[in-house]
Amino acid sequence: MALYFPTSLNDALDILRTPDCSIVSGGTDYFPALKRGQGNTVVLSLTKVPELHGLTTAQNGVRFGAGLTWSQMIKADLPPAFNALKLAGKEVGSIQIQNTATLAGNLCNASPAADGVPALLALDSEVELQSAARGTRQITLKDFLKGVRQTDRKADEILTSIFVPHPPKDMRSVFSKLGSRSYLVISICMTAVNIVLDNEGQVCDLRVAVGACSPVAQRLTSLEEEAIGQHWRDIKVREDHLAQLSPIDDVRASAAYRWAAVQEQIQRSVSEVVG
Amino acid sequence: MNKHMVQNALSFTLNGKNARVENPDGRRLSEVLREDLGAKDVKIGCNAGDCGACTVLVDGEPVCACLLFSETAEGAEVQTLSGLYENDAKTQMLSNSFLNHGAAQCGICTPAMMVSATALLRNTPEPSEAEVKDALGGVLCRCTGYRKIIDAVMSASAIAEHGNGHIGQSLRHVDGVHKTTGQIKFGDDVAPSNCLEIVVLRAPFHHASFEFGDLDAYQRDQGLETILTAKDIHGKNAFGVIPGFTDQPVFAEKFARFKGEAVAAVVGVPAILRDLSLKNFPVSWTEKTSYHTSAEAQKDTALQLHDAHPQNIMCRGYVSRGKAHEALKAADVVVSGRFRTSIVEHGYIEPEAGFAKIKDGRLEIHASTQAPVMDLDSLEEILAIDRNRIRILPTAVGGGFGSKLDISVQPFLALAALKTQKPVRICYSREESLQSTTKRHPADIELAIGADASGKICGFVFHGDFDTGAYASWGPTVANRVPVHASGPYAIPNYLAATKGIYTNNPPSGAFRGFGVPQSAVAQESLFDELADVLRMDRLEFRLHNALENGVPTVCGQVFEQGVGIKACLEALRPAWRKECDKAFELNAQEGVIKYGVGLAAGWYGCGNTSLPNPSTIKSGILPDGRIQLHQGAMDIGQGANTVISQIFATVLGIKVEDIQRIGADTDVTPDAGKTSASRQTFVSGNAARLSAEQLRRQITERLNVSFEANLSFESGRILAEDGGGIQALHLDQLPQDKEGFVFRAEGTYDPPTKPLDENGQGHPYAQFGYAAHLAVVAVDIKLGTVKPLKFVAAHDVGQAINPMLVEGQVHGGIAQGLGMALMEEYIAGKTENLHDYLIPTIGDIPAIETHIIEVKDAHGPFGAKGLGEHVLIPTAPALLNAIKDATGVRLYALPATPSRVLEALHAKAVGTEGGI
Repeated sequence: MALYFPTSLNDALDILRTPDCSIVSGGTDYFPALKRGQGNTVVLSLTKVPELHGLTTAQNGVRFGAGLTWSQMIKADLPPAFNALKLAGKEVGSIQIQNTATLAGNLCNASPAADGVPALLALDSEVELQSAARGTRQITLKDFLKGVRQTDRKADEILTSIFVPHPPKDMRSVFSKLGSRSYLVISICMTAVNIVLDNEGQVCDLRVAVGACSPVAQRLTSLEEEAIGQHWRDIKVREDHLAQLSPIDDVRASAAYRWAAVQEQIQRSVSEVVG
Repeated sequence: MNKHMVQNALSFTLNGKNARVENPDGRRLSEVLREDLGAKDVKIGCNAGDCGACTVLVDGEPVCACLLFSETAEGAEVQTLSGLYENDAKTQMLSNSFLNHGAAQCGICTPAMMVSATALLRNTPEPSEAEVKDALGGVLCRCTGYRKIIDAVMSASAIAEHGNGHIGQSLRHVDGVHKTTGQIKFGDDVAPSNCLEIVVLRAPFHHASFEFGDLDAYQRDQGLETILTAKDIHGKNAFGVIPGFTDQPVFAEKFARFKGEAVAAVVGVPAILRDLSLKNFPVSWTEKTSYHTSAEAQKDTALQLHDAHPQNIMCRGYVSRGKAHEALKAADVVVSGRFRTSIVEHGYIEPEAGFAKIKDGRLEIHASTQAPVMDLDSLEEILAIDRNRIRILPTAVGGGFGSKLDISVQPFLALAALKTQKPVRICYSREESLQSTTKRHPADIELAIGADASGKICGFVFHGDFDTGAYASWGPTVANRVPVHASGPYAIPNYLAATKGIYTNNPPSGAFRGFGVPQSAVAQESLFDELADVLRMDRLEFRLHNALENGVPTVCGQVFEQGVGIKACLEALRPAWRKECDKAFELNAQEGVIKYGVGLAAGWYGCGNTSLPNPSTIKSGILPDGRIQLHQGAMDIGQGANTVISQIFATVLGIKVEDIQRIGADTDVTPDAGKTSASRQTFVSGNAARLSAEQLRRQITERLNVSFEANLSFESGRILAEDGGGIQALHLDQLPQDKEGFVFRAEGTYDPPTKPLDENGQGHPYAQFGYAAHLAVVAVDIKLGTVKPLKFVAAHDVGQAINPMLVEGQVHGGIAQGLGMALMEEYIAGKTENLHDYLIPTIGDIPAIETHIIEVKDAHGPFGAKGLGEHVLIPTAPALLNAIKDATGVRLYALPATPSRVLEALHAKAVGTEGGI
């Protein structure tokens, strides 16, 4: 095994030209999947690349470096629209995992139950990818996530940052995760809701994202569009709003359960975010 | 290319000292800390971040060392428990507090708990319970039920007393400080660095035939030291625990009957094994049909998994008294139901591990075990060598709960050490541990119970199939124990209980806290609630109305004239039952999706083997310098046998516990104190310790010609005895010494008086039973199906609490396991082979537990004490199921009651189709 710890982004991109090179960020998904003698032969660790560290606020939005851990994000001073993301961060495994795992790694691992995805989808996030050959490109998170363990990242690209355009100032958000125990649990289903209301309680902006109920977490656009102009109390989640979901039976729950539970979870999240 | 970016050496600060590692090689930080730097206080439980046992501080922040490339620690400050204990007053305070609450049982999770708690207290000196849970939520514990850990971190007032440690005192665990400082050595902590390692090749299918290719070529090409297969076994390639049922091969031959069964093992140096995937191991497989339920395996068309066991029926158990079927026909009311429980994993945080070497031509096995002498018995047969050539030196046991009664790593270690004549080690991965070691028997139960109009139970008919998996293990014990216990602690005149143990292609089911009784209690206690409801009787009063009493025969016709404590347990719950029912009623009067419910259940458990000899021997002696040695071979697996047996011994001899020098366990030195199972150590080995101390006292007092009750004090080189006649001194250096150097020596042996069961299961199966009753309060979200336990009240008749703090520790831990069994645990071979798909409770799942210690003394127990270890989880699952029913009107018949199953049952009730499984 060749394991590289580049100390600049250029070096990292250079190493990535090596065939079959795997990128490891925090490592919390890499190590559990490791089988004896089946480790990747070329591994690129991003932990020592300074360009990927930290969080910056620019004129148009907030940029999370790919090396930002969940704990660092949770401690950062961010507006209420990011509350769902922070709540999701606190549900990532345990404090030990949050201290190591990165938001970017959560996206690149592309699990259907990735804790960070619904909240980032609800924030209309984008990701920036960079390669030595083609420079940088931006893509929406929605387009980046392609399927179970599939993303739009090319083999020579590094996801360098997650960009969140400034959400409306009065946007509130909430996140809810349902599992069979407290802590260290993979979601049965989860929901992030971001909302903006006018002074009368009418919905100006609603974003609802659901995870672990489809190969990739989904924004429920029909529900979101229908809610605009309604009083928040009149938002009623119906089965047809969930049409784009495709939950499965697995060891955690039945598909039928997920259909029922997620509908309830969304309805409650809407009340909770306002309350 | 990029050579400068590859780290060939690594340096960081470990516990305040410079640490340098050559060739970190992308290894996990946990491995480097343990193997290169000797920090064995960093424990490995899963290598996946699921258990948190490897928690260390990197630059002050808790992380799982198993999830980090060691290279990422370059330049960092890394702290483990031992370093923190040395340097941080907070960690020292935590150690003290853990000891004062009995918060470390087996001790395998203790380093991670203490490291995480230290990090918490640095930022939050007075944390709330919620803050403690958030901080420790990433560390799994299977022994304590977490509540004592929460108390310890929150600096609740100490439970432990400082005194002579005589019975009734909450003495700290005598070996506790080795756990809170991380010094204690478990199965994987004892091997020298760089010794040969063993990796087992396991069946990838549930049922398959196989053939090996050219093993010699593979061994040569891969640079292995050797390969072990069935051909290397000179004795019997079979092990088991019940005579007549030793059916499990060390290495499968031609057929593998479950996924994860061992077929071969490779032995080599660590550097080679690390990169060996076994993918190209020369073996070819032909998959066969596999069976995963008792029903499938009993079909006429099913393949027969073992010769002489048609329909895959391993064995049967039977108890019959009176005329059960006729009584049901004549009953005024009858309730019935079919129940199903899941395969449950023991989930100890220490995977099976050990080390072996050849010393002076003898084989030494250092491994984690609950039964050292049984290990010796098995190895003698497998290896076909004289048992005097084998020495078992158990390491500390990082949780057992029944599974470490069976051998696991021992034969591999023995075969490899004998074949190579070199030191060897092995540690199962979590996946291997889950795949290959025993489980709780899943049960399919049909039960009908009838009562007369006055509420007296008149008839009881129970049929249970217990899936023993691919091999027998303790299946025959389960099949025999369940019919004796399925009545619960009640008087039932007409009773029939028939069980079958069934072979399937699941992993072997063996011993797990309760030997099948927790499963039968689910059915029996659930239907007791149904029966009480039909009779319109209060559920507690209905139980009291039918509870067993002194002088009333059990379903085996055994009459105890004393010591039956179930009524006292149930009565102890009455105030809480009334209060919690009223509270739930009030809360439920409010509209809402959360419904509150209160559930009750009782249980009983016979201590020791069922109608079989079950002796323990405890040796003790006085050395010429006045030291008192206690040879204690009863394995302490965290429950506290070392402490309790010392307390009994000290009380009888009249000395302080701290003055005892404890020896063992070691099969060369300590006599056989039997296995740590069947809740027998306090009762049986405790009695042996009592007898041993009595003998010692008799010898000393006779020698000094003082009364037997004289006060004895042991000083340097002499014993002083004081009775009404004054003080006598005995100088020890003038006395002759035996070959072990003792001037006085005693061996106490105790075997509980039992009588065989006849063909109807009538007889005296146990000398004593212990009794228990639990009350559970739950909140059920009726739209999401989630069940949140809010409180437990547990009443346990232990006869005499030798150590009340340890009693509470057992109760808490048992409730946590019972809660897991009830609400979340289900092992599915091939699907839940890790600790993120197989869920056990975390610190966030266990609510407050109120323990009532009931002491109805037993004539056979030491000082009246009864066993406890298994009683503690028998009532838990049915109490929770009864609480769910109370809250929602819905009864769960299949475990675990996951949100998915609960919601399904709620929907079924809404459309009128409830009640099936």
